[in-house]
Amino acid sequence: MAETTYEPKIVAFLCNWCSYRAADLAGTSRMKYPANIRMVRVMCSGRVDPAFVLRAISKGADGVMIAGCHPGECHYQEQNYKTMRRFEMLKQTLLGFGMEEKRIRLQWASAAEGGVLAQAIRDMVDDIRALGPMNWPGNWAPDPDAEEAILALAEEHAEVMEVAR
Amino acid sequence: MSERVGVYICHCGSNIAGIVDVEEVARWAGETLEDVVVSREYKFMCSSLGQELIEEDIKEQGLTRVVVGACSPHLHEKTFRRACANAGLNPYLCQMTSLREQVSWVIEDRAAATEKAKAMISAAVERVKLHEPLEAEHVPVNPTTLVVGGGIAGIQAALELADAGYPVVMVEREPSIGGHMAQFDKTFPTLDCAACILTPKMSDVGMHPNITLLTYSEVEEVTGFVGNFHARIRKKARFVNEELCTGCGICIEKCPKNVLDEGFEVGLGFRKAIYRPFPQAIPKFPVVDTVNCTYFETGKCLACEKFCPTEAIDMEQKDEILSYDVGNVILATGYDLFDSRKLPQYGYGRLPNVFTNLEFERLCNAAGPTEGSIVLRDGVTTPKSVAIIHCVGSRDQNNNPYCSAICCMSALKFGHLVMEKTGAEVYSFYIDMRPLSKGYEEFYDRLMQEGMHFVRGRVAEVTDIARTPEEEGKLVIQAEDTLVGKQRRVPVDMVILMAGLEPRADADEVGIKFGISCGAAGWFTERHPKLDPVATMTDGIFIAGVCQGPKDIPDTVAQGAAASARVQGMISKGSVEIEPVVATIDAERCSGCRICNELCPYNAIEFLADEGVSYINTALCKGCGTCVAACPAKAISGAHFRDDQIFAEIEGLLFDALPAADDAVLA
Repeated sequence: MAETTYEPKIVAFLCNWCSYRAADLAGTSRMKYPANIRMVRVMCSGRVDPAFVLRAISKGADGVMIAGCHPGECHYQEQNYKTMRRFEMLKQTLLGFGMEEKRIRLQWASAAEGGVLAQAIRDMVDDIRALGPMNWPGNWAPDPDAEEAILALAEEHAEVMEVAR
Repeated sequence: MSERVGVYICHCGSNIAGIVDVEEVARWAGETLEDVVVSREYKFMCSSLGQELIEEDIKEQGLTRVVVGACSPHLHEKTFRRACANAGLNPYLCQMTSLREQVSWVIEDRAAATEKAKAMISAAVERVKLHEPLEAEHVPVNPTTLVVGGGIAGIQAALELADAGYPVVMVEREPSIGGHMAQFDKTFPTLDCAACILTPKMSDVGMHPNITLLTYSEVEEVTGFVGNFHARIRKKARFVNEELCTGCGICIEKCPKNVLDEGFEVGLGFRKAIYRPFPQAIPKFPVVDTVNCTYFETGKCLACEKFCPTEAIDMEQKDEILSYDVGNVILATGYDLFDSRKLPQYGYGRLPNVFTNLEFERLCNAAGPTEGSIVLRDGVTTPKSVAIIHCVGSRDQNNNPYCSAICCMSALKFGHLVMEKTGAEVYSFYIDMRPLSKGYEEFYDRLMQEGMHFVRGRVAEVTDIARTPEEEGKLVIQAEDTLVGKQRRVPVDMVILMAGLEPRADADEVGIKFGISCGAAGWFTERHPKLDPVATMTDGIFIAGVCQGPKDIPDTVAQGAAASARVQGMISKGSVEIEPVVATIDAERCSGCRICNELCPYNAIEFLADEGVSYINTALCKGCGTCVAACPAKAISGAHFRDDQIFAEIEGLLFDALPAADDAVLA
């Protein structure tokens, strides 16, 4: 069971130009946020390969944040729009695996928004603390009706499937 | 062969060591992390002694990789890369991690901070082992500089560059250079007239052989990179052929259409439909205001064309698109004035005798609409009493929280001018007096001795509703006198609002165009607020003057000169280093799917139809890595941010985490 000592580990991917500088600003402004977040600098949020997120999760991260410049303010003109699209697909995939939505977050933070980033981190840590450790199989509620339907379907088309094989 | 990694943990005085147990982190890294052969902590890694420590270890211990845990890489990555290079190690074999901005300054708990520091060092060590030597490319710097904005900041920058022998292209949106300073009457604290000190510099710009002056023009697009920018500029049609025009002004004289001048004269005077903003305008060529010109309205008139002795009027003229290659850009785009209508309690726009500071500058100016007489809105009555309200829109949580920096001194200047010209009583309503620069406090003293009245308190209201016979027909200032501790009502004839400075309405848009950002208040962000105030995060783009933040003329001029000095440094060095962080395609693995082609905003990726693969032009690649992440065949590799390097970093960060499979035991 999730104990009171449970401390989630969150990996954040920050773009070099806006959000990493927002983290710098949060630091120079001595804003406080929990130690649970660990950051990776990439040149652009567009560099975040979904495989990075999956690797972080497989290695024990309890959540992943991707942070970039606000739409329209990308240092590389428009690459964060590509991040946005990619993020939606990745999120749907992870939700399909039974991961809770709050474990993955796309956060815009300009170089002037140290406070925005710090608050997003606090919120995300709170959210994941409340969720507890990753629990994919537990979230994958079995549905007896669906299983039965699949078996019935397989039986019905057994001949065809035999041929296809 | 395994790498030999050196780990260096900086105390940053007590900035890091005060929260992070640096001795423990260094000990742990040395004992636990594979391939770490040296692990040290030191008071100040960025000091020359700290750097020497790294250099000696590289030479004596044969280090092949270096990790520095200190401040943000944005501050000192270059320092440590240089130290590595000094000792003969390729600078890209060094990795920095931010134990200050991301750990000690944001975490309060010592144990948690130390644990996070370990994770970050572990990530850096795992990553750096996979680094490969990279060579920065050197590209020549084009000696031409684009100066955007022809106010005093841009003028100073352009002249210093041009005098040093370098070509300058100056772009100004208005028909004339001069900026806000050209509208001013006197300048504080010396009271020399603004035109007397500005117009000679303006003509120097106009005549300088090294300056190409494009007024009534705007930069449409900037592409390229430091040393090699390409600017596309729209030169709007003035409907006057600049080759033929002599600037005689007969067209202006003959134009029958009078137009309220809401630009230079801020609505206090009139100009013609063909006009020069002011007599000393540079360049001298007039411009046709197509909104008000009778010819553009009705197709008839052309008085200007008829009387022009050199046949310079050309109503068929079209906007021109010009292209320039430049090495550096100086943005000196200035400010907008706070719109005083946003504070209806002060009555601007409703009570006629409430003026803005800029309106007062024009009233007071001998070349202005009243030829320098300070009169009420009726144009004849001299005020007997004047109130000056400070901090209009500034130091105001509902509007601009910042101080506009110039209003206290302008208010003192206005007080002096009003008393000198009219003998009126002057009341200044201030929150704090901030005469901060050389000679300013003395000027404040002088005004106190000259008999200007100072009331400390933010004004609640300006009203024309009288409560007593003395207040009849007057504007009444209602304010709390915070030094006496009581409410005051002061009846006056004229009110001057010290409207604050605001970023240009399109500052965001301009910032995006040039690839720089604006801070929370909307001013352009400098590279470092103290140590690098005119450079920006984008190499080759510099900022000067109020577009960076409110400042007075001396500071603006200093920044213009500073920006020019920075650019001169770039030009005389002759070449710039381009980070080798670019993407490349392995043709063997490329399937020619062309997914990456559409993703690149710089058109750096082309499809080689003959070979059936895509190819990246590294000169155009900016290294964002979006194509790297998108390639389904993993054929694209992003230098210094390769997949394996980032995977290693992620695994290092999570050195103390349980893998997901072991963790999923909860029912």
